[in-house]
Amino acid sequence: MSLILSPEEQAIASGKDGAATAMRIVADSARLLGAPRLIPIASAHIDGALYHGDSGTLFAERLVEGGARVSVRSTLNVGALDLMGCSRIRLKEPARGMARRMMEAYRKLGCEQSWTCAPYQAGHRPALGSDVAWGESNAVVFCNSVLGARTNRYGDFLDIACAISGRAPDYGLHRTEGRRARLVFDVSGLSASFLGSEIAWPVLGSLYGREVGNTIGVVTGVPGHPGEDALKAFGAAAASSGAVGLFHIAGVTPEAPDLLTILDGAAPETVVRVTPEMAAKARAGLSTATAAKTIDAVAIGSPHLSLDEFDLLERLIAGRRLSVPIYACTGRHVLSSLEKNGRRKTLEASGVIIVADTCVVVTPIMPELAGGILMTNSGKFAHYAPGNTGYAVLYGSLADCVESAVLGKPAFTDIAA
Amino acid sequence: MSAMAEILVPGRAGEGEALVLTAPISFWGGVDPKTGRIADVRHPQHGQNLERRVLFLPGTIGSSSASAVLLELVHNGHAPAALVLHEPDAILLLGLIVAREMGWETPMALRLGRDQFDRFRGRRPGIKTDGSIILDTDAGKSACNP
Repeated sequence: MSLILSPEEQAIASGKDGAATAMRIVADSARLLGAPRLIPIASAHIDGALYHGDSGTLFAERLVEGGARVSVRSTLNVGALDLMGCSRIRLKEPARGMARRMMEAYRKLGCEQSWTCAPYQAGHRPALGSDVAWGESNAVVFCNSVLGARTNRYGDFLDIACAISGRAPDYGLHRTEGRRARLVFDVSGLSASFLGSEIAWPVLGSLYGREVGNTIGVVTGVPGHPGEDALKAFGAAAASSGAVGLFHIAGVTPEAPDLLTILDGAAPETVVRVTPEMAAKARAGLSTATAAKTIDAVAIGSPHLSLDEFDLLERLIAGRRLSVPIYACTGRHVLSSLEKNGRRKTLEASGVIIVADTCVVVTPIMPELAGGILMTNSGKFAHYAPGNTGYAVLYGSLADCVESAVLGKPAFTDIAA
Repeated sequence: MSAMAEILVPGRAGEGEALVLTAPISFWGGVDPKTGRIADVRHPQHGQNLERRVLFLPGTIGSSSASAVLLELVHNGHAPAALVLHEPDAILLLGLIVAREMGWETPMALRLGRDQFDRFRGRRPGIKTDGSIILDTDAGKSACNP
Protein backbone atom coordinates (compact mmCIF):
# COMPACT_ATOMS: atom_id res chain seq x y z
CA MET A 1 0.00 0.00 0.00
CA SER A 2 1.59 3.24 -1.05
CA LEU A 3 1.28 6.63 0.58
CA ILE A 4 -1.41 8.98 -0.72
CA LEU A 5 -1.04 12.65 0.19
CA SER A 6 -3.99 15.06 0.11
CA PRO A 7 -3.83 17.82 -2.54
CA GLU A 8 -3.03 20.30 0.25
CA GLU A 9 -0.20 18.14 1.58
CA GLN A 10 1.17 17.70 -1.94
CA ALA A 11 1.08 21.46 -2.54
CA ILE A 12 3.02 22.11 0.68
CA ALA A 13 5.57 19.36 -0.06
CA SER A 14 6.32 20.74 -3.53
CA GLY A 15 7.36 24.15 -2.16
CA LYS A 16 10.84 25.44 -1.38
CA ASP A 17 10.33 26.76 2.16
CA GLY A 18 10.74 25.25 5.63
CA ALA A 19 7.18 23.95 5.65
CA ALA A 20 7.95 22.03 2.43
CA THR A 21 11.06 20.45 3.96
CA ALA A 22 9.01 19.40 6.98
CA MET A 23 6.20 17.90 4.88
CA ARG A 24 8.69 15.98 2.68
CA ILE A 25 10.42 14.54 5.76
CA VAL A 26 7.09 13.38 7.19
CA ALA A 27 6.06 11.93 3.82
CA ASP A 28 9.41 10.15 3.25
CA SER A 29 9.18 8.62 6.71
CA ALA A 30 5.58 7.56 6.06
CA ARG A 31 6.70 5.77 2.87
CA LEU A 32 9.48 4.01 4.79
CA LEU A 33 6.97 2.88 7.40
CA GLY A 34 4.42 1.77 4.82
CA ALA A 35 1.79 4.24 6.10
CA PRO A 36 -1.12 4.80 3.66
CA ARG A 37 -1.78 8.43 4.69
CA LEU A 38 -0.89 11.22 7.11
CA ILE A 39 -3.12 12.08 10.06
CA PRO A 40 -3.53 15.37 11.98
CA ILE A 41 -1.84 15.61 15.40
CA ALA A 42 -2.83 17.49 18.55
CA SER A 43 0.65 18.19 19.97
CA ALA A 44 4.35 17.39 19.76
CA HIS A 45 7.27 16.88 22.13
CA ILE A 46 10.55 17.70 20.47
CA ASP A 47 13.70 15.74 21.24
CA GLY A 48 15.65 17.27 18.38
CA ALA A 49 17.05 20.30 20.21
CA LEU A 50 19.82 18.38 21.95
CA TYR A 51 23.21 19.12 20.46
CA HIS A 52 24.94 16.00 19.08
CA GLY A 53 27.07 17.87 16.60
CA ASP A 54 26.82 20.76 14.17
CA SER A 55 24.54 18.96 11.72
CA GLY A 56 21.46 19.26 13.96
CA THR A 57 22.01 23.00 14.45
CA LEU A 58 22.37 23.54 10.71
CA PHE A 59 19.13 21.64 10.08
CA ALA A 60 17.14 23.66 12.64
CA GLU A 61 18.52 26.93 11.27
CA ARG A 62 17.58 25.82 7.74
CA LEU A 63 13.98 25.46 8.94
CA VAL A 64 14.06 28.89 10.61
CA GLU A 65 15.52 30.50 7.47
CA GLY A 66 12.70 28.85 5.52
CA GLY A 67 10.12 30.61 7.70
CA ALA A 68 8.82 27.45 9.36
CA ARG A 69 6.74 27.55 12.57
CA VAL A 70 5.18 24.77 14.60
CA SER A 71 1.43 24.43 13.97
CA VAL A 72 0.57 22.55 17.22
CA ARG A 73 1.60 22.83 20.87
CA SER A 74 5.23 21.68 21.01
CA THR A 75 7.26 21.24 24.19
CA LEU A 76 11.04 20.86 24.13
CA ASN A 77 13.05 17.98 25.57
CA VAL A 78 16.41 18.64 27.22
CA GLY A 79 19.09 20.72 25.55
CA ALA A 80 22.85 20.51 26.01
CA LEU A 81 23.07 23.61 28.23
CA ASP A 82 21.68 24.52 31.64
CA LEU A 83 20.04 27.81 30.69
CA MET A 84 18.90 28.30 34.30
CA GLY A 85 22.55 28.43 35.39
CA CYS A 86 22.24 25.84 38.19
CA SER A 87 25.11 23.65 37.09
CA ARG A 88 28.34 24.18 35.16
CA ILE A 89 28.38 22.53 31.74
CA ARG A 90 31.88 21.64 30.56
CA LEU A 91 30.93 21.83 26.89
CA LYS A 92 33.70 23.86 25.20
CA GLU A 93 33.50 26.29 22.31
CA PRO A 94 32.73 25.97 19.45
CA ALA A 95 30.31 23.17 20.47
CA ARG A 96 28.86 25.35 23.22
CA GLY A 97 27.97 28.14 20.82
CA MET A 98 26.46 25.66 18.36
CA ALA A 99 24.37 24.09 21.14
CA ARG A 100 23.08 27.53 22.12
CA ARG A 101 22.29 28.38 18.48
CA MET A 102 20.36 25.12 18.25
CA MET A 103 18.26 25.84 21.34
CA GLU A 104 17.61 29.34 20.00
CA ALA A 105 16.52 27.99 16.59
CA TYR A 106 13.92 25.71 18.20
CA ARG A 107 12.61 28.67 20.21
CA LYS A 108 12.26 30.65 16.97
CA LEU A 109 10.29 27.76 15.47
CA GLY A 110 7.67 28.43 18.15
CA CYS A 111 8.41 25.62 20.62
CA GLU A 112 7.76 26.05 24.37
CA GLN A 113 10.89 26.47 26.49
CA SER A 114 10.09 23.48 28.70
CA TRP A 115 13.51 21.76 28.36
CA THR A 116 12.48 18.57 30.11
CA CYS A 117 12.33 14.85 29.38
CA ALA A 118 9.26 14.64 31.66
CA PRO A 119 6.88 17.03 29.83
CA TYR A 120 4.00 14.93 31.12
CA GLN A 121 4.83 16.23 34.62
CA ALA A 122 5.22 19.78 33.34
CA GLY A 123 1.62 20.28 32.25
CA HIS A 124 1.74 18.65 28.81
CA ARG A 125 -0.74 15.76 29.07
CA PRO A 126 -2.56 14.99 25.83
CA ALA A 127 -6.01 13.40 26.13
CA LEU A 128 -6.66 9.66 26.08
CA GLY A 129 -6.96 8.46 22.49
CA SER A 130 -5.61 11.66 20.87
CA ASP A 131 -2.90 11.44 18.18
CA VAL A 132 0.36 13.26 18.95
CA ALA A 133 3.97 13.16 17.74
CA TRP A 134 6.38 12.79 20.62
CA GLY A 135 10.10 12.18 20.74
CA GLU A 136 12.39 11.03 23.61
CA SER A 137 11.93 7.35 24.35
CA ASN A 138 10.77 7.72 27.97
CA ALA A 139 8.29 10.48 27.09
CA VAL A 140 6.92 8.39 24.23
CA VAL A 141 6.37 5.35 26.42
CA PHE A 142 4.75 7.40 29.21
CA CYS A 143 2.51 9.26 26.75
CA ASN A 144 1.27 6.01 25.20
CA SER A 145 1.11 3.84 28.28
CA VAL A 146 0.15 6.08 31.18
CA LEU A 147 -1.77 8.85 29.38
CA GLY A 148 -3.18 6.64 26.63
CA ALA A 149 -2.49 9.27 23.94
CA ARG A 150 -1.14 7.79 20.71
CA THR A 151 2.35 8.32 19.39
CA ASN A 152 5.05 6.33 17.69
CA ARG A 153 8.65 6.80 18.72
CA TYR A 154 9.44 9.98 16.77
CA GLY A 155 13.14 10.47 16.33
CA ASP A 156 14.97 13.74 16.14
CA PHE A 157 13.93 15.76 13.05
CA LEU A 158 10.72 13.82 12.42
CA ASP A 159 9.35 15.26 15.66
CA ILE A 160 9.86 18.87 14.53
CA ALA A 161 8.78 18.00 10.98
CA CYS A 162 5.49 16.64 12.37
CA ALA A 163 5.10 19.70 14.63
CA ILE A 164 5.51 22.05 11.66
CA SER A 165 3.30 20.10 9.26
CA GLY A 166 0.77 19.18 11.98
CA ARG A 167 0.80 15.67 10.50
CA ALA A 168 2.14 12.24 11.34
CA PRO A 169 2.27 8.95 9.41
CA ASP A 170 -0.83 6.82 10.08
CA TYR A 171 1.01 3.81 11.37
CA GLY A 172 1.85 1.59 14.33
CA LEU A 173 0.71 2.91 17.70
CA HIS A 174 -1.65 5.47 16.14
CA ARG A 175 -3.85 2.53 15.12
CA THR A 176 -6.04 0.69 17.61
CA GLU A 177 -4.93 -2.73 16.33
CA GLY A 178 -1.29 -1.72 16.88
CA ARG A 179 -1.91 -1.17 20.61
CA ARG A 180 -3.30 -4.56 21.57
CA ALA A 181 -1.08 -6.67 23.87
CA ARG A 182 0.35 -9.89 22.41
CA LEU A 183 2.62 -10.80 25.29
CA VAL A 184 1.97 -11.29 28.99
CA PHE A 185 4.72 -10.36 31.46
CA ASP A 186 3.64 -11.94 34.71
CA VAL A 187 5.32 -10.65 37.89
CA SER A 188 3.05 -12.48 40.36
CA GLY A 189 5.95 -14.82 41.25
CA LEU A 190 7.87 -11.95 42.90
CA SER A 191 7.64 -11.11 46.57
CA ALA A 192 5.27 -8.38 47.75
CA SER A 193 8.15 -6.59 49.49
CA PHE A 194 10.12 -6.43 46.24
CA LEU A 195 7.11 -5.29 44.20
CA GLY A 196 6.46 -2.62 46.81
CA SER A 197 10.05 -1.34 46.68
CA GLU A 198 11.30 1.56 44.58
CA ILE A 199 13.90 -0.55 42.74
CA ALA A 200 11.28 -3.00 41.45
CA TRP A 201 10.22 -0.60 38.69
CA PRO A 202 13.53 0.29 37.06
CA VAL A 203 14.72 -3.33 37.45
CA LEU A 204 11.55 -4.83 35.99
CA GLY A 205 11.52 -2.18 33.26
CA SER A 206 15.02 -3.11 32.24
CA LEU A 207 14.08 -6.81 32.15
CA TYR A 208 10.83 -6.06 30.32
CA GLY A 209 12.62 -4.09 27.57
CA ARG A 210 15.06 -6.92 26.99
CA GLU A 211 12.39 -9.63 27.04
CA VAL A 212 9.76 -8.00 24.82
CA GLY A 213 11.82 -5.96 22.32
CA ASN A 214 9.17 -4.05 20.36
CA THR A 215 6.25 -6.40 21.03
CA ILE A 216 3.33 -4.83 22.90
CA GLY A 217 3.06 -6.48 26.29
CA VAL A 218 0.85 -6.36 29.35
CA VAL A 219 2.24 -6.70 32.88
CA THR A 220 0.11 -8.82 35.20
CA GLY A 221 0.39 -9.57 38.89
CA VAL A 222 0.85 -5.96 40.03
CA PRO A 223 -1.16 -5.64 43.25
CA GLY A 224 -2.12 -1.95 42.96
CA HIS A 225 -1.23 1.34 41.25
CA PRO A 226 2.47 1.85 42.05
CA GLY A 227 2.32 5.62 41.49
CA GLU A 228 3.17 7.77 38.52
CA ASP A 229 6.88 8.10 39.30
CA ALA A 230 7.20 4.30 39.42
CA LEU A 231 5.57 4.00 35.99
CA LYS A 232 7.89 6.73 34.75
CA ALA A 233 10.91 4.74 35.96
CA PHE A 234 9.59 1.47 34.51
CA GLY A 235 8.96 2.99 31.08
CA ALA A 236 12.31 4.80 30.95
CA ALA A 237 14.21 1.61 31.80
CA ALA A 238 12.17 -0.46 29.33
CA ALA A 239 12.72 2.05 26.54
CA SER A 240 16.49 2.02 27.22
CA SER A 241 16.96 -1.75 27.08
CA GLY A 242 14.42 -2.44 24.31
CA ALA A 243 12.44 -0.68 21.58
CA VAL A 244 9.44 -0.28 23.89
CA GLY A 245 6.98 2.44 22.88
CA LEU A 246 3.93 1.20 24.81
CA PHE A 247 3.31 -1.10 27.74
CA HIS A 248 0.13 -1.96 29.58
CA ILE A 249 -0.32 -2.93 33.22
CA ALA A 250 -3.53 -4.82 33.86
CA GLY A 251 -5.74 -2.86 36.25
CA VAL A 252 -3.37 0.15 36.25
CA THR A 253 -2.90 1.77 32.83
CA PRO A 254 -5.93 3.28 31.05
CA GLU A 255 -6.22 0.92 28.08
CA ALA A 256 -5.91 -2.23 30.21
CA PRO A 257 -8.76 -2.28 32.73
CA ASP A 258 -8.22 -6.05 32.75
CA LEU A 259 -6.19 -8.70 30.91
CA LEU A 260 -8.98 -9.89 28.63
CA THR A 261 -9.71 -6.40 27.29
CA ILE A 262 -6.14 -5.57 26.34
CA LEU A 263 -5.56 -8.99 24.75
CA ASP A 264 -8.78 -8.28 22.78
CA GLY A 265 -10.02 -11.72 23.71
CA ALA A 266 -7.12 -13.52 21.99
CA ALA A 267 -4.62 -15.84 23.65
CA PRO A 268 -1.21 -14.22 24.26
CA GLU A 269 1.50 -15.23 21.78
CA THR A 270 4.08 -15.31 24.58
CA VAL A 271 3.90 -15.50 28.36
CA VAL A 272 6.97 -14.45 30.35
CA ARG A 273 6.75 -15.62 33.96
CA VAL A 274 9.24 -13.50 35.86
CA THR A 275 11.11 -15.45 38.54
CA PRO A 276 13.03 -13.95 41.48
CA GLU A 277 16.22 -15.17 39.75
CA MET A 278 15.36 -13.23 36.57
CA ALA A 279 14.70 -10.08 38.60
CA ALA A 280 17.94 -10.52 40.56
CA LYS A 281 19.90 -10.98 37.35
CA ALA A 282 18.28 -7.90 35.79
CA ARG A 283 19.15 -5.91 38.90
CA ALA A 284 22.77 -7.06 38.79
CA GLY A 285 22.89 -6.26 35.07
CA LEU A 286 22.22 -2.59 35.78
CA SER A 287 25.62 -2.27 37.48
CA THR A 288 28.89 -2.40 35.55
CA ALA A 289 31.09 -1.87 38.65
CA THR A 290 30.44 -4.54 41.26
CA ALA A 291 33.52 -4.59 43.48
CA ALA A 292 33.63 -0.83 44.02
CA LYS A 293 34.97 0.31 47.41
CA THR A 294 34.19 3.98 46.92
CA ILE A 295 31.92 6.06 44.72
CA ASP A 296 32.66 9.38 43.06
CA ALA A 297 29.16 10.72 42.49
CA VAL A 298 25.46 9.92 42.50
CA ALA A 299 23.21 10.89 39.59
CA ILE A 300 19.43 10.86 39.78
CA GLY A 301 16.67 12.30 37.64
CA SER A 302 16.43 10.29 34.44
CA PRO A 303 13.66 10.98 33.67
CA HIS A 304 13.71 14.40 35.30
CA LEU A 305 12.79 14.39 39.00
CA SER A 306 9.28 15.38 40.02
CA LEU A 307 8.58 17.55 43.04
CA ASP A 308 7.51 14.38 44.91
CA GLU A 309 10.90 12.83 44.20
CA PHE A 310 12.64 15.96 45.54
CA ASP A 311 10.50 15.68 48.69
CA LEU A 312 11.76 12.14 49.17
CA LEU A 313 15.36 13.19 48.48
CA GLU A 314 15.15 15.90 51.15
CA ARG A 315 13.70 13.47 53.69
CA LEU A 316 16.46 10.93 52.99
CA ILE A 317 19.28 13.47 53.25
CA ALA A 318 17.71 14.76 56.46
CA GLY A 319 20.04 17.72 56.78
CA ARG A 320 23.25 15.71 56.50
CA ARG A 321 26.30 16.78 54.52
CA LEU A 322 27.20 14.59 51.49
CA SER A 323 30.75 13.30 50.94
CA VAL A 324 30.27 13.02 47.18
CA PRO A 325 27.87 15.13 45.10
CA ILE A 326 24.38 14.04 44.11
CA TYR A 327 23.59 15.38 40.64
CA ALA A 328 19.82 15.87 40.67
CA CYS A 329 18.47 16.45 37.17
CA THR A 330 15.13 18.18 36.71
CA GLY A 331 13.19 20.65 34.66
CA ARG A 332 12.46 24.32 35.23
CA HIS A 333 8.84 23.38 36.07
CA VAL A 334 10.15 21.82 39.31
CA LEU A 335 12.96 24.32 39.84
CA SER A 336 10.54 27.21 40.26
CA SER A 337 8.81 25.35 43.11
CA LEU A 338 12.15 24.45 44.73
CA GLU A 339 13.18 28.07 44.80
CA LYS A 340 10.28 28.93 47.05
CA ASN A 341 11.08 28.63 50.79
CA GLY A 342 14.82 28.30 50.09
CA ARG A 343 14.62 24.56 49.34
CA ARG A 344 17.06 24.75 46.47
CA LYS A 345 19.65 26.54 48.64
CA THR A 346 19.29 23.97 51.44
CA LEU A 347 19.77 21.09 49.02
CA GLU A 348 22.79 22.74 47.44
CA ALA A 349 24.31 23.47 50.85
CA SER A 350 24.19 19.75 51.66
CA GLY A 351 26.08 18.88 48.46
CA VAL A 352 23.33 18.35 45.89
CA ILE A 353 24.11 19.78 42.45
CA ILE A 354 20.85 20.63 40.74
CA VAL A 355 20.96 20.25 36.97
CA ALA A 356 18.12 21.96 35.09
CA ASP A 357 17.12 21.93 31.40
CA THR A 358 19.53 19.07 30.69
CA CYS A 359 21.11 16.03 32.37
CA VAL A 360 24.44 14.38 33.12
CA VAL A 361 24.37 11.76 30.36
CA VAL A 362 23.57 14.09 27.47
CA THR A 363 26.16 16.81 28.04
CA PRO A 364 29.48 16.94 29.95
CA ILE A 365 28.75 18.02 33.53
CA MET A 366 30.50 15.53 35.81
CA PRO A 367 34.31 15.84 35.89
CA GLU A 368 36.23 13.57 33.55
CA LEU A 369 37.51 10.84 35.81
CA ALA A 370 39.35 7.71 34.68
CA GLY A 371 37.88 4.78 36.59
CA GLY A 372 35.12 6.95 38.06
CA ILE A 373 32.18 5.22 39.76
CA LEU A 374 28.67 6.64 39.50
CA MET A 375 25.78 5.40 41.59
CA THR A 376 22.21 5.85 40.40
CA ASN A 377 18.64 4.74 41.05
CA SER A 378 17.71 5.27 37.41
CA GLY A 379 17.57 2.31 35.04
CA LYS A 380 18.09 4.74 32.18
CA PHE A 381 21.20 6.37 33.68
CA ALA A 382 22.51 2.88 34.49
CA HIS A 383 22.13 1.97 30.83
CA TYR A 384 23.63 5.07 29.25
CA ALA A 385 26.18 6.42 31.76
CA PRO A 386 29.05 4.03 30.94
CA GLY A 387 28.98 4.87 27.20
CA ASN A 388 28.23 8.58 27.55
CA THR A 389 30.22 9.61 30.64
CA GLY A 390 32.96 6.99 30.96
CA TYR A 391 31.91 6.29 34.58
CA ALA A 392 31.19 2.73 35.66
CA VAL A 393 27.78 2.37 37.25
CA LEU A 394 26.41 1.00 40.50
CA TYR A 395 22.66 0.62 40.69
CA GLY A 396 20.70 1.05 43.93
CA SER A 397 17.57 2.54 45.43
CA LEU A 398 17.32 6.27 46.12
CA ALA A 399 17.74 5.55 49.85
CA ASP A 400 20.91 3.55 49.12
CA CYS A 401 22.17 6.27 46.78
CA VAL A 402 21.75 8.91 49.48
CA GLU A 403 23.43 6.78 52.19
CA SER A 404 26.29 6.05 49.79
CA ALA A 405 26.68 9.74 48.98
CA VAL A 406 26.85 10.55 52.69
CA LEU A 407 29.47 7.82 53.29
CA GLY A 408 31.35 8.18 50.00
CA LYS A 409 31.20 4.41 49.55
CA PRO A 410 28.51 2.00 48.41
CA ALA A 411 25.86 1.03 50.96
CA PHE A 412 23.18 -1.44 49.94
CA THR A 413 19.98 -2.57 51.59
CA ASP A 414 19.03 -6.07 50.52
CA ILE A 415 15.58 -6.47 49.03
CA ALA A 416 15.00 -10.05 47.87
CA ALA A 417 13.11 -10.37 44.63
CA MET B 1 28.07 -13.57 -6.36
CA SER B 2 25.59 -10.88 -5.49
CA ALA B 3 22.24 -10.29 -3.84
CA MET B 4 19.45 -7.86 -4.64
CA ALA B 5 18.18 -5.86 -1.73
CA GLU B 6 15.27 -3.49 -1.33
CA ILE B 7 16.43 0.15 -1.28
CA LEU B 8 15.20 1.84 1.89
CA VAL B 9 16.94 5.17 1.31
CA PRO B 10 18.74 5.91 -1.94
CA GLY B 11 22.24 7.34 -1.91
CA ARG B 12 25.70 6.87 -3.35
CA ALA B 13 27.21 3.52 -4.23
CA GLY B 14 29.75 2.32 -1.72
CA GLU B 15 32.08 -0.47 -0.70
CA GLY B 16 33.93 -1.33 2.46
CA GLU B 17 34.90 -4.02 4.88
CA ALA B 18 31.78 -5.67 6.30
CA LEU B 19 30.90 -5.00 9.94
CA VAL B 20 28.27 -7.55 10.91
CA LEU B 21 26.79 -6.70 14.31
CA THR B 22 25.72 -9.70 16.36
CA ALA B 23 23.38 -7.75 18.66
CA PRO B 24 20.97 -4.85 18.15
CA ILE B 25 22.48 -1.44 18.80
CA SER B 26 21.28 1.93 20.00
CA PHE B 27 23.06 4.56 17.92
CA TRP B 28 22.56 7.19 20.62
CA GLY B 29 24.77 6.21 23.52
CA GLY B 30 26.01 3.21 21.54
CA VAL B 31 27.97 5.00 18.82
CA ASP B 32 30.25 7.99 19.30
CA PRO B 33 28.92 10.67 16.90
CA LYS B 34 32.36 12.29 16.65
CA THR B 35 34.20 9.17 15.48
CA GLY B 36 31.78 6.38 14.56
CA ARG B 37 33.24 4.10 17.22
CA ILE B 38 30.90 1.68 19.02
CA ALA B 39 30.97 3.09 22.54
CA ASP B 40 28.47 0.78 24.27
CA VAL B 41 30.65 -1.38 26.55
CA ARG B 42 27.92 -4.03 26.71
CA HIS B 43 27.80 -4.43 22.92
CA PRO B 44 29.71 -7.44 21.48
CA GLN B 45 31.34 -5.23 18.81
CA HIS B 46 32.37 -2.54 21.34
CA GLY B 47 35.45 -0.66 20.10
CA GLN B 48 34.87 -1.32 16.41
CA ASN B 49 34.40 1.66 14.10
CA LEU B 50 31.52 2.05 11.64
CA GLU B 51 33.33 4.49 9.38
CA ARG B 52 33.51 3.36 5.75
CA ARG B 53 32.29 -0.11 6.71
CA VAL B 54 29.32 -1.83 5.16
CA LEU B 55 27.28 -2.06 8.34
CA PHE B 56 24.91 -4.98 8.83
CA LEU B 57 22.30 -4.28 11.51
CA PRO B 58 20.31 -7.21 12.88
CA GLY B 59 18.16 -4.74 14.88
CA THR B 60 18.16 -1.34 16.51
CA ILE B 61 17.06 -0.33 19.99
CA GLY B 62 16.78 2.55 22.35
CA SER B 63 16.82 6.26 21.99
CA SER B 64 14.86 8.35 19.55
CA SER B 65 18.06 10.36 18.90
CA ALA B 66 19.60 7.66 16.69
CA SER B 67 18.83 9.76 13.62
CA ALA B 68 20.83 12.69 15.00
CA VAL B 69 23.88 10.49 15.48
CA LEU B 70 23.64 9.14 11.93
CA LEU B 71 23.13 12.65 10.48
CA GLU B 72 26.21 13.83 12.36
CA LEU B 73 28.27 10.91 11.06
CA VAL B 74 27.22 11.79 7.49
CA HIS B 75 28.11 15.46 8.07
CA ASN B 76 31.51 14.80 9.65
CA GLY B 77 32.56 12.07 7.24
CA HIS B 78 32.51 9.14 9.68
CA ALA B 79 29.40 7.43 8.29
CA PRO B 80 29.33 3.81 7.20
CA ALA B 81 29.84 3.13 3.47
CA ALA B 82 26.36 1.62 3.45
CA LEU B 83 23.78 0.33 5.92
CA VAL B 84 22.09 -3.04 5.55
CA LEU B 85 19.13 -3.53 7.86
CA HIS B 86 17.10 -6.60 8.67
CA GLU B 87 14.04 -4.37 8.91
CA PRO B 88 13.56 -0.67 8.24
CA ASP B 89 14.07 1.55 11.28
CA ALA B 90 12.44 4.87 10.47
CA ILE B 91 14.10 6.57 13.45
CA LEU B 92 17.62 5.71 12.36
CA LEU B 93 17.05 6.19 8.63
CA LEU B 94 15.58 9.63 9.18
CA GLY B 95 19.21 10.69 9.66
CA LEU B 96 19.75 9.86 5.98
CA ILE B 97 16.46 11.45 4.83
CA VAL B 98 17.38 14.72 6.55
CA ALA B 99 20.92 14.60 5.17
CA ARG B 100 19.41 14.39 1.68
CA GLU B 101 17.18 17.41 2.42
CA MET B 102 20.32 19.28 3.47
CA GLY B 103 21.88 18.39 0.12
CA TRP B 104 24.61 16.19 1.62
CA GLU B 105 25.86 13.02 -0.05
CA THR B 106 24.57 9.98 1.85
CA PRO B 107 25.31 6.28 2.03
CA MET B 108 22.53 3.94 0.91
CA ALA B 109 20.33 1.98 3.25
CA LEU B 110 19.17 -1.44 2.10
CA ARG B 111 16.96 -4.13 3.51
CA LEU B 112 18.20 -7.71 3.66
CA GLY B 113 17.17 -10.60 5.91
CA ARG B 114 19.61 -11.09 8.79
CA ASP B 115 19.85 -14.81 7.94
CA GLN B 116 21.96 -13.64 4.99
CA PHE B 117 24.37 -11.49 7.03
CA ASP B 118 26.86 -14.21 7.96
CA ARG B 119 28.27 -14.75 4.50
CA PHE B 120 29.46 -11.13 4.36
CA ARG B 121 31.60 -11.51 7.48
CA GLY B 122 35.29 -10.88 6.70
CA ARG B 123 34.44 -9.78 3.15
CA ARG B 124 34.45 -6.42 1.42
CA PRO B 125 30.97 -5.99 -0.03
CA GLY B 126 30.10 -3.43 -2.69
CA ILE B 127 26.72 -1.73 -2.91
CA LYS B 128 25.41 -0.42 -6.22
CA THR B 129 22.79 2.29 -6.63
CA ASP B 130 20.29 -0.28 -7.99
CA GLY B 131 20.37 -2.10 -4.63
CA SER B 132 22.57 -4.99 -5.66
CA ILE B 133 25.20 -6.14 -3.20
CA ILE B 134 28.39 -7.73 -4.44
CA LEU B 135 29.67 -10.22 -1.90
CA ASP B 136 33.33 -9.27 -2.10
CA THR B 137 34.81 -6.49 -4.22
CA ASP B 138 38.35 -7.69 -3.46
CA ALA B 139 37.48 -11.11 -4.86
CA GLY B 140 36.07 -9.39 -7.95
CA LYS B 141 39.29 -7.43 -8.49
CA SER B 142 41.52 -10.47 -8.13
CA ALA B 143 39.34 -12.32 -10.61
CA CYS B 144 39.79 -9.49 -13.12
CA ASN B 145 43.54 -9.13 -12.51
CA PRO B 146 44.89 -12.60 -11.93
